[in-house]
Amino acid sequence: MNEGEKDPGLYNFAPYRGREPFSWPGDKKVAVWISPNLEFYEIDPPANPHRKSWAMPHPDVVRQSHRDHANRVSHWRMAEVMSKHGFPGSVSLSVALCQHHPNVVEDANQRGWEFFSHGIYNTRYSYGMDEAQERAIIEDSIKTVRDATGQTIRGWLAPALTHTPRTLDLIAEYGLDYTCDLYHDDQPQRVKTKTGDLISMPYSLEVNDHYGFFVYNMSPREYADTLIRQYERLAAEPSGTVMCIPLHSYLIGQPHRIGPFEDVLKHIAADAGDGGRAWITRSGDIADAWRAIHTKEA
Amino acid sequence: MSLDPEYLEYAKRGLGYDHDLFPYSVMEERKPLAWPEGKSVATWMVVSLEWFPITPESTPFKAPGHMQTAYPDYRHYTSREYGTRVGFYRLLDAFAKADVKVSVAANAAIAQRYPSVIRDIVDAGHEIIAHSTDMNGTIASTLPVEDERKLITESIAILSDVAGVKPRGWHSIARQQSFATMDLLKDAGIEYCCDWVNDELPYAFTNGVVNIPLNHELSDRQIINGQQQSADSYAQQMLDAHDWLSAEAKVHGGRMLPMHLTPYIIGLPYRMDAFETLLGDLKAREGTWFARGCDILDQFRSQM
Repeated sequence: MNEGEKDPGLYNFAPYRGREPFSWPGDKKVAVWISPNLEFYEIDPPANPHRKSWAMPHPDVVRQSHRDHANRVSHWRMAEVMSKHGFPGSVSLSVALCQHHPNVVEDANQRGWEFFSHGIYNTRYSYGMDEAQERAIIEDSIKTVRDATGQTIRGWLAPALTHTPRTLDLIAEYGLDYTCDLYHDDQPQRVKTKTGDLISMPYSLEVNDHYGFFVYNMSPREYADTLIRQYERLAAEPSGTVMCIPLHSYLIGQPHRIGPFEDVLKHIAADAGDGGRAWITRSGDIADAWRAIHTKEA
Repeated sequence: MSLDPEYLEYAKRGLGYDHDLFPYSVMEERKPLAWPEGKSVATWMVVSLEWFPITPESTPFKAPGHMQTAYPDYRHYTSREYGTRVGFYRLLDAFAKADVKVSVAANAAIAQRYPSVIRDIVDAGHEIIAHSTDMNGTIASTLPVEDERKLITESIAILSDVAGVKPRGWHSIARQQSFATMDLLKDAGIEYCCDWVNDELPYAFTNGVVNIPLNHELSDRQIINGQQQSADSYAQQMLDAHDWLSAEAKVHGGRMLPMHLTPYIIGLPYRMDAFETLLGDLKAREGTWFARGCDILDQFRSQM
């Protein structure tokens, strides 16, 4: 990025109008990927001078234990509903989960889910890291996920969305091929980095379950309706689009929410067969398909 | 300036938790729990009965729902009192009509100031859970541990005197604890707390005290006050949750639907019809076991 300049210089302006239309494999209109955040939140993390980990003095019982619900209860509730309707996950992973609760990571791996890094812990922030420190968390992520799952991570969602001006250059240098940290488009786009070939993978804050429930204060049924509207609009647009559904099992896997969410999966799955518009897939597969169509520009 | 090198050291990065308060365990893998008479969903209603002094304190933190305007904040002081004087009696009548027993998390100040309310609760067969001194009695790790011990033992002693029975359960204000709280509760003879929301069934802490998760999201405060949804939407969400849990119970054993109620929120006239209808709908579902916290605790212990 252009550090200190008003425009970080991450990409060229490419307006939606006038783009060359394309389709996804099988002539599908919208690539749908679900991104469960599999996270570990430390109960008593060290302080980062740029951001507090918890609103309350440690232990912040409600916030920390709410998130722990994921690894004790709601991961399986969410994952089983996804598997039942044919949706794989593309996981933003707190990689230390591989050490703390390897059963959760193994469950996701056995379901055929893809892993990318969401940092070491969601309670350790990149703010203020020097280059060596940031390289250390990238190398740790690559090694930890490879050791635990056999997969080589291809993507990055910064831990708790905390970045440094070097983050995108560094992940590109390490050979990662997509970032989920930029929200400027409904299609993958190339990102300018010093080296490597990085694209932005459309992620979504707006239909993230956290935004739905805690920014927009939606009821579970309103959130489900929101996802269906998002899907229907993207599927109706002329070119290939991407719909990402980022989830946290401790939110979507609560008993009052999982039923309405299952209705969304049924709705999209019903539009995924021959002649349907949905390509239900994983983030890495979207990157491959988009690259196959969009060869690297000069 | 870069971060302290210690920021990238992870001393507790290993199997299980980064603390010893309770062991890690996956709910799905545990021995299934059975509720009495083959019921599937233990529906546990907890009413918070709280006294907010008009002189709010922020040490260690200001309680949710506390005074908000400059002193004297008559608006919030009296609105909270409305909950205790009026809203709570609407709830007691609704519980009697539906023939259900509930748990009431009461500040000790309620017992000191309004002992007849405590007697009405006990006479109706409901359970009292100890819920601090008053709404200035918040706990956090910044509170000196001897102050915390005094707060806990005094709350229990005052409630025990008036109720004629010692509370078996504890509920912290805003569910906030210090690292010492669970041991202090054990020392005070408390058998269960309902502060930790990481599970959906009871589980034991390392020291033997049981946590019965009182889901903070399934509360009238969260849904109606926090998320600004209607009483009808609240009721719909409870029924959706009940339906899902009933289906799970067929495969995995007994489930729990905790419902945390606040008299100054749900006990308003325009919300009570929706709540009474909800009670009727829950009662009409044959798998519902209306239980108090102490009943759930006894069932859990008898099957451990």
